[in-house]
Amino acid sequence: MTFGGLIVLAFNAILIQNVILNQFLGTCPFLGVSGKRQSAVGMGFAVIVVITLSSLVSWGLYYAILKPLGMTYMSTLVYILVIAALVQIIEMFLKKVIPSLYRALGIYLPLITTNCAVLGTAKTVIARKFNFLETLVYSFSIAVGFLFVIYIFSTLRSKIARGDIPKAFQGIPIALITAGILAMIFAKFGQLII
Amino acid sequence: MKDNSKLLNFTKGLWKENPILVTMLGLCPTLAITYKVENALGMGLAVLFVLVMSNLIISLIRHIVPDEIRIPIFIVVIATFVSIVEMVMEAFVPDLFERMSLFISLIVVNCIILGRAEAFASKHNWLDSILDALGMALGFTLVLIVISLIREVLGTGSITIWGNLAINFNKNNSPFFSNFFVSPPAAFIILGLILAGSKAINAAKAAREVKSK
Repeated sequence: MTFGGLIVLAFNAILIQNVILNQFLGTCPFLGVSGKRQSAVGMGFAVIVVITLSSLVSWGLYYAILKPLGMTYMSTLVYILVIAALVQIIEMFLKKVIPSLYRALGIYLPLITTNCAVLGTAKTVIARKFNFLETLVYSFSIAVGFLFVIYIFSTLRSKIARGDIPKAFQGIPIALITAGILAMIFAKFGQLII
Repeated sequence: MKDNSKLLNFTKGLWKENPILVTMLGLCPTLAITYKVENALGMGLAVLFVLVMSNLIISLIRHIVPDEIRIPIFIVVIATFVSIVEMVMEAFVPDLFERMSLFISLIVVNCIILGRAEAFASKHNWLDSILDALGMALGFTLVLIVISLIREVLGTGSITIWGNLAINFNKNNSPFFSNFFVSPPAAFIILGLILAGSKAINAAKAAREVKSK
């Protein structure tokens, strides 16, 4: 793929096929931690590290081990173990080497194991038959898209929380409807390229 | 009294502790695949199988699993059953599987299943665990069907289930049916409205109970 193609791929992954608003992956942490801006940003950066690394590792394992041995049916099991192990390793590494970053990301790291955006991206990369460079660009951009949307959304929610909302809509329902309107805006980015 | 509590294990998943409406778990597949009723049925069946089997196995092994590594073990049990579902669906309903293969494999990280394993199956016997799993999975499936009915009827003006059962509501091309409803933004908005509705019903119920006392 040419350099231009990679840029289009990145742009697509961040804005048009946004991981939350278009692919519906990672909705749980999106609704769960977007209440506070600080925790949203912490979660976003932790997700960037984990999605990029786990996609690259599972890409490598798929083409180096699973495919030559004809064990592709094991992929789901292998990926989830890769992700769980990777999260654990990153956690130990940060604790030892960059304690300040560990304290900032600390509580969000274990939560990422069950973030379906991570497993989803690892699966997408294989399903779309990306090469190594495309995998790197795609998974990094997907994670940047996650950070971008969760940050925008956390600022929106802090405004909403101060508004006068009917009782039944308070909390998650109004958050979902806001996300729907945000998704409509992001859907319009699709017309920029084609 | 004893029978009553068994029944309660089953029925609490349908409304009182419904995984989508009350605990708000497993929202990713709820949003992603509900643009078609047959997707909702397929997803519901897949979750039913994985949840019942993993709850059964986990409640049987709950005494031999060391506490510190229980989460990885639960995930491996769940991932095994998800792989079985993947293989069965790929063999018997290939076009349905092609449409939702990503979300079938994502059942592994679906919070409903790990949540029930951790909160219920690791503390109760196998019969209670199966009843709990059946109730939770049926509650999940019912909400999926309601959302997908709304989306498919309003979005396409018709319902098609495996090509056999097809009902067309939109005979004279009315502008009332818009494909906005099958697009991603509508998923968020409809789920938001349904959650608000269930909260309002529960609030009204609670108010009535207070009054009658």
